[in-house]
Parts: sequence; structure tokens; C-alpha cells
Amino acid sequence: MSIWEYANPVKFIRTADVLLPWVTVAAVICLVTGLVWGFFFTPEDFRQGSTVKIIYLHVPAAMMAINAWLMMLLASLIWIVRRHHVSALAARAAAPIGATMTVIGLVTGAIWGQPMWGTWWAWDPRLTVFLILFLFYLGYMALWEAIEDDDTAADLTSILCLVGSVFALLSRYAVQFWNQGLHQGSSVLRAGAVTGTDTTEKVSNVYFMPLLVSGIGFVLLFLALVLLRTQTEIRARRSRALLARERSA
Amino acid sequence: MELTASDLTVARGGVPVLDGVSFALAPGRALVLRGPNGAGKTTLLRTVAGLQPALAGEVSGAGERITYAGHADGLKSMLSVGENLHFWARVFGTEGIGTALSAFNLETLEDRLAGTLSAGQKRRLGLARLMVTGRPVWVLDEPTVSLDTASVALFAEAVRAHLGQGGSALMATHIDLGIPEADDFDVTPYRAQPRAALQDEAFL
Amino acid sequence: MIALLTRDLRLAVRAGGGFGLGLAFFLIVTVLVPFGVGPQTDLLTRIAPGILWIGALLACLLSLDRIFALDWEDGSLDLLATAPLPMEGIVSVKALAHWITTGLPLVLAAPALGVLLNLAGPGYLWLFVSLALGTPALSVIGTFGAALTVGLKRGGLLMSLLVLPLYVPTLIFGAEVARRGAEGLAVQTPLLMLAGISFGVAALLPFASAAVLRINLR
Repeated sequence: MSIWEYANPVKFIRTADVLLPWVTVAAVICLVTGLVWGFFFTPEDFRQGSTVKIIYLHVPAAMMAINAWLMMLLASLIWIVRRHHVSALAARAAAPIGATMTVIGLVTGAIWGQPMWGTWWAWDPRLTVFLILFLFYLGYMALWEAIEDDDTAADLTSILCLVGSVFALLSRYAVQFWNQGLHQGSSVLRAGAVTGTDTTEKVSNVYFMPLLVSGIGFVLLFLALVLLRTQTEIRARRSRALLARERSA
Repeated sequence: MELTASDLTVARGGVPVLDGVSFALAPGRALVLRGPNGAGKTTLLRTVAGLQPALAGEVSGAGERITYAGHADGLKSMLSVGENLHFWARVFGTEGIGTALSAFNLETLEDRLAGTLSAGQKRRLGLARLMVTGRPVWVLDEPTVSLDTASVALFAEAVRAHLGQGGSALMATHIDLGIPEADDFDVTPYRAQPRAALQDEAFL
Repeated sequence: MIALLTRDLRLAVRAGGGFGLGLAFFLIVTVLVPFGVGPQTDLLTRIAPGILWIGALLACLLSLDRIFALDWEDGSLDLLATAPLPMEGIVSVKALAHWITTGLPLVLAAPALGVLLNLAGPGYLWLFVSLALGTPALSVIGTFGAALTVGLKRGGLLMSLLVLPLYVPTLIFGAEVARRGAEGLAVQTPLLMLAGISFGVAALLPFASAAVLRINLR
């Protein structure tokens, strides 16, 4: 029993059919719990007031924006090395989700930034990096759409994903060098935040637990959407293949 | 060294068009592919030329020994006839374009820009390019398109001269060139059974 | 390889080759900026390095789709693929030819256009150095974008979208060298980063471009 068995489209569809309801239900439970807990049952921040609560959308969305790209990178590598069609289609399926997460991250960031920094947008390194990431997603999706032959498209987008990842990383350092920025440092997973020893700058425990639940909810939501969209892509490919067979027979 | 194809399956857009093609082409011989439009002659030639991978089977004696001429001549309209030929001669590391020019009756046109040539003249220039490459195996796709009778005779003569020097030629054409060294090879019997494209097979 | 380079250069200077296109665009951008932002010299001095870099980048972008499109249309690319040249060599030579016909004129013209934007004294040297070091990277990255979209109808727009984010690091470090130079600050760090990017992409990206081109040719 090898993991590569799931690279068979039919097997994948069957497995996804079994998994999807569970993952979806779990995602909904986590999201509802995390968000309701976060929005209604946590104290307001003494400086930021209720605006701090947008963190339960902002941080998980931003994390998933990056994780989705990493997943696409992994799937692209698998396609290049082993040429499993499911892998290429999963990468294709993940791109719009990642792009949407990036937009959610940017929009919630703007809504949060307006009362905090007095501006909707600033050319802050983190914001800029997410904008660049969004452009990468757009280019990746546009390339998939532009090429008719499925295998050619998979090959080209995989290479673009690889090259793009290197440049995305490079952009991150370039942008940090270019502007030191307004955005607070990464404040979720610092040791002090979890242990509660340092309460000035980091997310304290009260906020951390609902954030964790909401984060898990986002991961599960992403998983459910990727499964669903990959299934759709496989079925679309399958119907095209069947049509082609009918025409040639 | 002969050019051989053994049990070759070639595909267009992932869909197999010819299946189990085998032939051998000895030095000094020519092979003329026959078959109706869409039979897969161009695909076979492109595969032999190494421009696209074969689905199955293998080609030997090609690679660095072949030169390919397709539907497009690969001419630069803003370069003169001589400059076009000199460029390919330098790319293939050969010297002199004189014989190629005279073989296709292009001497008087040497300084003309390729863009100002007629379709038949362009074709002749495209074929003259084969001679400057110095490669022994010519792979030609419809070489006589837009050539008049006189030019076809020039071309047949050039092919015979090439075969006489131990070269060989693999071509797809519909007309009779009158080359005694040429054998016909009908691709119709090799037409692949209708089946799904390779990349679709996993989805059926 | 040298034959390919000389052919591309010759084609570029012949009529319709697009040799002066990038340069003309660069000039237009630089001349139009003061009309857009106002004639205050101190403002122009401040934004001059950035404007000149952006102008050079856009001028470069404008001519990218010519790198492979013409050779694709007339069939030369197929013939080159069967020639005794490695594909990596072909894409590198194509990038070099693009740089000589587009990047190099921009590098040479930039100091002159700096005068129009009232660039500060020490800025001329650093603008020149940063463009000389950075524009080759723009050409190499652009060749990758052109190879990705070769043979696509309406590939130009898609190529710009693909290349745009790839250009960000080069632009940031390049413009930073020019800006710091003009303000008399230390330029060492961004200069080293810019050089690193240029040499890095010149060494590695041709492999990706060649792979992509092979896929597109089959």
C-alpha cells in the first residue's frame, strides 16, 4: 500500500468522496467555534479595542495564502518527477484558493490597518510581499488558462511555480531591505506568547486559543476546497477524455 | 550508418497517429513517405528529427546526423539570400555556400533580401539551406510545395547528388520526383487504432 | 553561437528590427514624468533614480516578446532546435542579444536622461553602474517569460503578467543602488545583492528557459 496509489484519478475521486463530508464538517465546526469564540468571548484589547478581533480572519488567511503556494510547489515537484496527473491538477485546483486567501489577508489587513495606522494601504514589507504573492498566483492561473494541451500546461506551470518560488523568496528579502515597515513582527508563534511570560507585544493566551482553533478551521477548509476542486478538475478531464474517445471511435 | 526506426509510435497532441512504424534507410538511398493528408507523415518526420518525443519505439542514426526542413523555411526576410545561408553554414560549422547557391540556381539572387523573393524562390532558398548544413540525413516535409517543374527538377538533382555522396533522404511528398534511388513507404497500414490520448488514459 | 548572436544583432538594426524602440520608450517616459508630477527641481531630483529605473524596466519589457516570437513564426526555432547548439546556449545567446540591443542603449542613455530629471551629482555614476549590472538580469528573466509564452496567441499580455513579479527584486536593489548613490549613502549592500541576482539568474535561469522552450516546441 503506497501513497502513490492515490495518484490514480479514480482512486483519488473515491477517497475524496469518503473524506470530503468529514473534512467539511470538521472545518465548519472549527471555523464557527474559533470565530464565535474569538469575536464574542474574548476581551477587547486595551489599545486596539474591538478591531483586534479581525485577527481571527487575518492571520489564518495570510498563513494559508503561503501554505497554498507551498502545497502547489510540492505538487509541481511531484508532477515533474513522477508525472502523476492528480498532482498537477491538485496544484491547479489550489491556486484560486490561495489567491482568494491572499485577497482575504490583504483586505482584512486593510480594514485592520485603517484605524491602527490611519491608512488603508502602506508599502510595508509584509503587505508588499502579499501583493507580489497575489501577482504570482494571477500569473500562474493565467498560464494554466492560456495553454490548451493539458500536459504542456502542467509542465510549464510547474516550472513557473518552481522559478516563482525562488523569486518570491528573493522578493521577500528584497522588500524587507527596501522598507523596514509598520507591520508588527510575526506575533503568533513566539514562545512568550504561548507561555504568557511576555504580554506587551505578543498575542496573549486569551487570544491565542480561539486563533488556534480558527487556524485549524482554515487548514481544514483549504483541504476540503482542494479536494473538491481537484475532484472537479479530474472529472472535467475525464469527461473530455471520454468525449475524445467517442469522437475517435 | 543507416537511419532506422523500430516499432515507432508517434502522437499528435498526445493522440497516437501511427503505430509500429519500422523502416531502415541506408546511405545513398531515399525513402518517400506516402499517405493521405492527416495520415501522420509530418508527425513521423518531426519525431525522427527529434523535435518531439516518440510514444514508443526508437529512432537510431538520427540526432546529430539529420537536418530538417518543415513547412516553414526559417528564413529571415530582412537578411539577404547569402546572409541567410551563411548564418546556417556557421551554425552547422561548415564552409562555403557556393555549391548550394548554384544547385538551386540562386546565384543571381545572392544579394536580394529574402523578404522580396517569390514563394518558389523562398522554397528554393529553404532547400539550399539543407546543403550548407553538411548533415548526411535530410528529413524533408513536402519539399516541393510552390516549386515549378524546373525547380522540382533542380531539387531532384540536388537530392540525387546528395545520395551520390553517401547521404540519405527521408521525405514526405505527393509528386513523383523521378529519383531511381528512392523507395516508397506507405504509412497508411500503420495508422493507429483510434484510442485515447496517452495523457487521458489514466482518466478513463 | 556567435553566428546566432551576430544574426540577431543584424536583424535588430535592419528596418523593422525594433532596435530603437526601447530607447524611444525610455525617452518618452522620462520626458513625460515632469509634466505629470510638476517641474519642481528638488522633487525631480528625489524621484529621478526611481523613475529612470522604472523607465528602463518598462522599455525592456516592451521588447521581450520579440525574443522568440519571430523565430517561432518563420520556423527558425524548429531548425535551431535541430542544429548542433544546446538549447541552453540558444536561450543565453538570445538573452545576450536582447541585452545588447535593448539594455545596453538604455544604460548608455540613462545618464543623459538623468540631466533632464536633475539627478544629483554622484547619482550619475551609480545610476550607470546599477543599470549596467541590473539590465542583464532583466533580459535573462524576460527570456524565461518569452520562452514560457512562445507560440501563444495574445502571449504578450500574459508574458508581462508573468514577468512583472519576477522583476521586483532586481528593480528594488537596482533602484536602491541608484537612490543611495544619488543621496551619497553607502551602496555596497544593494550593489552586492544586485550583482548576486544578475549572476545568479544568468547562471541558472537559462536551464529553466531551455526546458520550457523544449516543452513548447514539441
